[in-house]
Amino acid sequence: MTQSKTQLDLEAAHAEAAFRMVRGESLTRRSIRRLLRRRIAVVCLAVIALFYAAGIFAPLLAPHGYAEQDLNHSFEGPSMGHPLGTDRLGRDTLSRNIFAARTTTIVTAATVATGFVLLPVVLGMLAGYAGGWVDAAINRIGEILASMPGLPMLVLINATMRPRFVGWVEDAEALGWVKAVKDLLHMPGLADSGFADYFLIFGVLSLFGWVGGARLIRSQVLILRGSEFITAARASGASTPRILFQHLLPNVMPLIVVGASAGMGGIAVSEIGLTFLGVGIQPPHPSFGALISDGAPRTVLENHPELLLVPASIVAATVFAFNLLGDAMNDVITSRAR
Amino acid sequence: MDGLAGYVLRRLLFLPLTLLVVSFATFYITRWGPGDPISVYSGQYRDEEAFARVRHKYGLDKPIIEQYGIYMKGLLLHGDLGESFRFRDRTIPGIIGPKIWVSARLGLYAFILTFLIGIPAGVLAAVKRGSWLDPLIISAFLLFQSIPVLVMVPTLVLIFAAKLHWLPAGGFDGLLSTSMIIPTLALSLGGIAGIARLARATTLGTLDEEFVRTARAKGLDERTVIARHVARHSLVPVMTTVIGFSLVGLIEGALFTETLLGIPGIGRFIAESVTGRDYNVILAIVLLITTAFVIANLLVDLALIVIDPRVRATSGGRT
Repeated sequence: MTQSKTQLDLEAAHAEAAFRMVRGESLTRRSIRRLLRRRIAVVCLAVIALFYAAGIFAPLLAPHGYAEQDLNHSFEGPSMGHPLGTDRLGRDTLSRNIFAARTTTIVTAATVATGFVLLPVVLGMLAGYAGGWVDAAINRIGEILASMPGLPMLVLINATMRPRFVGWVEDAEALGWVKAVKDLLHMPGLADSGFADYFLIFGVLSLFGWVGGARLIRSQVLILRGSEFITAARASGASTPRILFQHLLPNVMPLIVVGASAGMGGIAVSEIGLTFLGVGIQPPHPSFGALISDGAPRTVLENHPELLLVPASIVAATVFAFNLLGDAMNDVITSRAR
Repeated sequence: MDGLAGYVLRRLLFLPLTLLVVSFATFYITRWGPGDPISVYSGQYRDEEAFARVRHKYGLDKPIIEQYGIYMKGLLLHGDLGESFRFRDRTIPGIIGPKIWVSARLGLYAFILTFLIGIPAGVLAAVKRGSWLDPLIISAFLLFQSIPVLVMVPTLVLIFAAKLHWLPAGGFDGLLSTSMIIPTLALSLGGIAGIARLARATTLGTLDEEFVRTARAKGLDERTVIARHVARHSLVPVMTTVIGFSLVGLIEGALFTETLLGIPGIGRFIAESVTGRDYNVILAIVLLITTAFVIANLLVDLALIVIDPRVRATSGGRT
């Protein structure tokens, strides 16, 4: 009995492998190889890697703190101490931009992980595989979320919920065990670190972000559900989780990768926009939204255009790199049939 | 056509449900956050007794569910959208109407510009495929599409107002003035690039079609082939698909453009109403935009079904 089950399992694996071969797919490695053959994609990867490295190692790279003021040296041009000059409060422009990259890094990484990978995978596979009322419910919720005006809703949610959210974080910090863990890890105050802002932004972006990805994954699962290797796997007695994670997940992975890489630019822009409108990351924590808002007034533009141009070109270059890479990924992964 | 009628009916029946859920969610979110309009306007040193009285007058001391019930009753029975807390003695349609009118005309400019430039640019790029210009053109489109409106507006102001002094840096003096050039450009540049990319893709697909080969075989010159046969065939889906997207893009773009340039439109008004906790106004705007979205999407889908028999065949039976 056990042996025949293994036998069938093996056959299922073969069928699945054959299915992939027919579609010309040896998955990850092949996609990566194809991607790296494109010069543009490699340049984009380098730009993005540089950006993320700046974000991750911001405290080491930045010559000054992001909130460090020097009112005797406000609006100064480039110098040895301040390679890109200083702003209205004498804060170092270079350092503030590096720390703004840190904000973008945190928000995009967290949002992609939740709103573009975890939620779409779980909800999309559930909807596609379970069908019935589960499918209908997930679809309806998605439809309603998709028909809401995105940005105005985000502004509204952030504006009204932030104070309550900060309150929760403070309450949580007052709990004995949280305090103990924090002291043990030498963590700074969560409420002061702007944690609530980051968490709220990533939360709302994920809430509105999962719909498109989940729909794609659902339709892919619907197609695969009827294919032979799934029937074979089911016939061999594979459990539902095994079918979902061993057999279906690898096949929807390319969709997830394409969706996530295409979404990165949009997530970054959303955070910047919300912060610009005053409902995102709160000062003194830096964000490109705040930097652009500081650089945009007429008088600043006329006399110190670099305060706008530095963050503006970083944002444009990064979003451009994200989009080019997303395009290349899409080409590489979806054209594997050729 | 029976399947089609059923499909439309089902989509339309879903609209009230969507609006109900959206209105409740919005209602709840606006009232759930701490700070109501009365406390925003009464300031720090208020008379607690008077404060409570005013809150009671507007029903803000009742449970949220009950407030929602009262609101919906007024809306459904009398078409009453409630009262703005910031602008007394004016109806909500009276407040937001003129603002929408400003934004709508600005949006229309951007929209026309987007199509006038975007589609020819895309078709041209498709025809020039394979030349050394090709990757350059595609990258340029993607670059413009990648620049957020928020970055585009101040950059345009920097170039055309602060440095070249050709255009005013902001403000608003009528829709037929030079002050409209920067916002129109800012709102349309991304869209132009987006449409051009889409138009390029569909045109490339059409160029391989048999009827194009037939047209060429007939001895028509290339210009006629492109204009009469290729463009007409490939652009209908572009136009319908993009209208839906553009609506979203224009509303989101308006938030930044109008805030940055001081244009008294609906985008800037949304931002102001949110910070002023003007519940009823926010709710009315969100409901309005949601309705517009759902209807626009339905129209786009319908247009696609009418235009493309292949879509009709699949959507009639299943959905």
